[in-house]
Amino acid sequence: MARAARNRRAQNTMETAQQGNGTTPPDTESKIIELKPFADEMVVNMGPQHPSTHGVLRLELKLEGEVVREAIPHIGYLHRCFEKHSENLSYPQIIPFTDRMDYVAAMNQNWGFCLAVEQLLAMDEKRKFAVPERAEYLRVLICELNRIASHLLSFGTYGMDIGAFTPFLYAFRDRERLLLLFEKVCGARLTYNYIRIGGVSELIPLEPGSVTEQNFLDEIERFLDYFEPLIDEYNELLTKNSIFGERTTGVAVMSAEMALSYGATGPNLRGSGVDWDLRRDEPYSIYDRFDFDVPVAKDVPELGAVVGDCWSRYKIRMDEMKESVRIVRQILAEGLPDGPVMANLKAVRPPKGEVYFRSEAPRGELGFYIISDGTPKPVRLKGRSPCFSALSALRELSRGLMVADIIAIIGSIDIVMGEVDR
Amino acid sequence: MPDILSQGFFVQDAAPRNWAEQFVRDVLMPMLPESMAAHFSVELGMVLVMLGCAGIFVAVVPLLPLVLVLAERKVAARFQNRTGPMRVGPWGLLQTLADGVKLLFKEDYIPPQGDKLLFLLAPYVIFTCSFAVFAAIPFGQNILVSNFNIGIFYIMAISSVIVMGVIMAGWSSNSKWSLLGSLRSAAQIVSYEIPLGLSILTVVMLVESLSMEAIVANQAGGISDWLIFRTPFTFFAFFIFFISSIAEVNRTPFDLPEAESEIVAGFHTEYSGMRFALFFIAEYANMFAVSAIAVTLFLGGWEGILPDLAVFGGGFDILGGLPGFVIKTMGLVFLMMWLRWTLPRLRVDQLMNLCWKYFIPIAFFNILGTGIWGLIFPEDTPLSTGISIAIISIGLVQAYVFVGRRLGQKSQPQPSSA
Repeated sequence: MARAARNRRAQNTMETAQQGNGTTPPDTESKIIELKPFADEMVVNMGPQHPSTHGVLRLELKLEGEVVREAIPHIGYLHRCFEKHSENLSYPQIIPFTDRMDYVAAMNQNWGFCLAVEQLLAMDEKRKFAVPERAEYLRVLICELNRIASHLLSFGTYGMDIGAFTPFLYAFRDRERLLLLFEKVCGARLTYNYIRIGGVSELIPLEPGSVTEQNFLDEIERFLDYFEPLIDEYNELLTKNSIFGERTTGVAVMSAEMALSYGATGPNLRGSGVDWDLRRDEPYSIYDRFDFDVPVAKDVPELGAVVGDCWSRYKIRMDEMKESVRIVRQILAEGLPDGPVMANLKAVRPPKGEVYFRSEAPRGELGFYIISDGTPKPVRLKGRSPCFSALSALRELSRGLMVADIIAIIGSIDIVMGEVDR
Repeated sequence: MPDILSQGFFVQDAAPRNWAEQFVRDVLMPMLPESMAAHFSVELGMVLVMLGCAGIFVAVVPLLPLVLVLAERKVAARFQNRTGPMRVGPWGLLQTLADGVKLLFKEDYIPPQGDKLLFLLAPYVIFTCSFAVFAAIPFGQNILVSNFNIGIFYIMAISSVIVMGVIMAGWSSNSKWSLLGSLRSAAQIVSYEIPLGLSILTVVMLVESLSMEAIVANQAGGISDWLIFRTPFTFFAFFIFFISSIAEVNRTPFDLPEAESEIVAGFHTEYSGMRFALFFIAEYANMFAVSAIAVTLFLGGWEGILPDLAVFGGGFDILGGLPGFVIKTMGLVFLMMWLRWTLPRLRVDQLMNLCWKYFIPIAFFNILGTGIWGLIFPEDTPLSTGISIAIISIGLVQAYVFVGRRLGQKSQPQPSSA
């Protein structure tokens, strides 16, 4: 800071000198006055390397002491040209790239893309195909488990953002068991590439009625029995903690109108009190067969939480984990149907046309807009990222709050920079 | 520092017969052969014994943080379903040593744009002040470096200087995060020193002395004589003291100055290598020091639950009360660790609210109450202690019922959302 002041002084002297050389006589008295509308303003760069910007988000904070006058998000540090890459790849080749978007919920990203391509393929009247029943069940099963894993990570990191370190490790402990399950089904822990166009990967087959399949399902059952009571424990540990409440309730209230106007979706939208979930309201795949509730934020006067604040957004995720457990339990009760896991697709060559398909990923509406000219490669592919929309609300949400609140907001809108930047 | 220490031993005047003299006469002399003992002067022996003790003290106290760092990591690990460090030495016991060696060999980076002198000086200011506090803490019957007649006052004064080091570190780093952290820390430490000092005053009012020795002597006799139970007001004062001292040593839930998720590492962001280690060691030394002060002021000091080792006779009463003191202090240290790995962190304004709107008024009320108590019961009698303990128990039961009822109300409407 001292250096900045020195620079400023030097600049002023220079300007004065220049004025002196010119035709106008130097008015030293008035030139010394520095033009500083906000005398106490300090500009701080938060990120791109920062423990709690959840990746490589850079925030330009204009601070007045601890109070944030403005927080301007700068994105693009993780931009990998996903959309441009896609134009040069065939459809099945694009799937691994979707893994890298929201890498903590990669199954859902795979699925969102595959659903869009399947929609596009279905426009071809001559080549009819159907995703097999077994594949649909496996997709829902895996993606709901992936939703739990994603929300667990969100819960853990949010606790750490607020200053409680222990929930983070609890969350990772439980997420580890899920990752082992995913590893069984597709061999990968983070970037799965499991869901394929027309079904799911056959590489590691879970043959119908085999011992492997039974073991796999038993393991999920054991996990659910272990995990379901833990959600309540985590609520006791963190959600109802009074310091946690102090930090998050009533902070950065996003009204329903604001959430809609910024295009916030998923838990962020429901945290603002809008009852909207694509799985229920525009059911895709086989979601219409399952019985589950959509948690929507309500005022909680005992804790001081109001609809749309950080606490509500966070609580929606905790409740959604329970709903995902319910869905998975229903699948386990029915058992996986027999049959193949891949549709009989000779080649993925969609007809000329365009499609936009959206699905409910853990972070909100994940949309894919694909234009095809009838070749095996898309002409244009656009991903609609839920995090990107939610992040755009940050600037308005953070005005006039404190530095610590910025962290609370970033955690509560639960961004993954891989998806924001694509 | 050794200079002060050895001088401190010479002004030792609590015991009628100097413990060192006693040790030399009773233990050392009989061990010597007849011919040597005749030429052996007791005074020389005393000097040697005292220097030896000072050396042990100077060597042992800095080892405390090493133990505490490992303890913290192990405790944290247990809270988090982990095992903690396990690789270096048996059960990872040598991990801190390995870390220390690693830090020694790290590059010592000095920000080129910063204020070099202050940057170099800051860790030593903090380190020195943290350890200077130990000079006035009575670890046991005769284990006290210096028996000031203003012991507690000295401790308060010295620990206030730490904030200077923090500001120096933050300012000289030429980093905005460091500056934010150090200003947070300055505001926090200065604010919380007020309830801290006011809580100490209640004790001083009852004991009528600032000497740590006198404060411990006043609590001799058993748990019911501990100052925490002596009046209902000191009971409150203890909690205010303990919570404020957590804030004073910058630990969760008051660890804003080094809030990792907000301002990276706060005032020591730019430090590396051994200078960083000095901050780290000072933090843990501080933690032990405030716990030791809390034990001395409110929980009977070294007078306590364990039978002192004087029963073994002779010069061994040098250890008098030390184990009990360490156990009690470690209990409080463990409590601090427990809190750290359980609770989230407060925000700056909430931290200040807690201090200025709650702690300071309550602390003033405590002083008033202690004064009135002193008027009603000029002498401590079993009756006054009995009344005090009765009031405390009734208060605790009431608080338990109140909190229980509130929690019960809270948990009722919750399940509907599931």
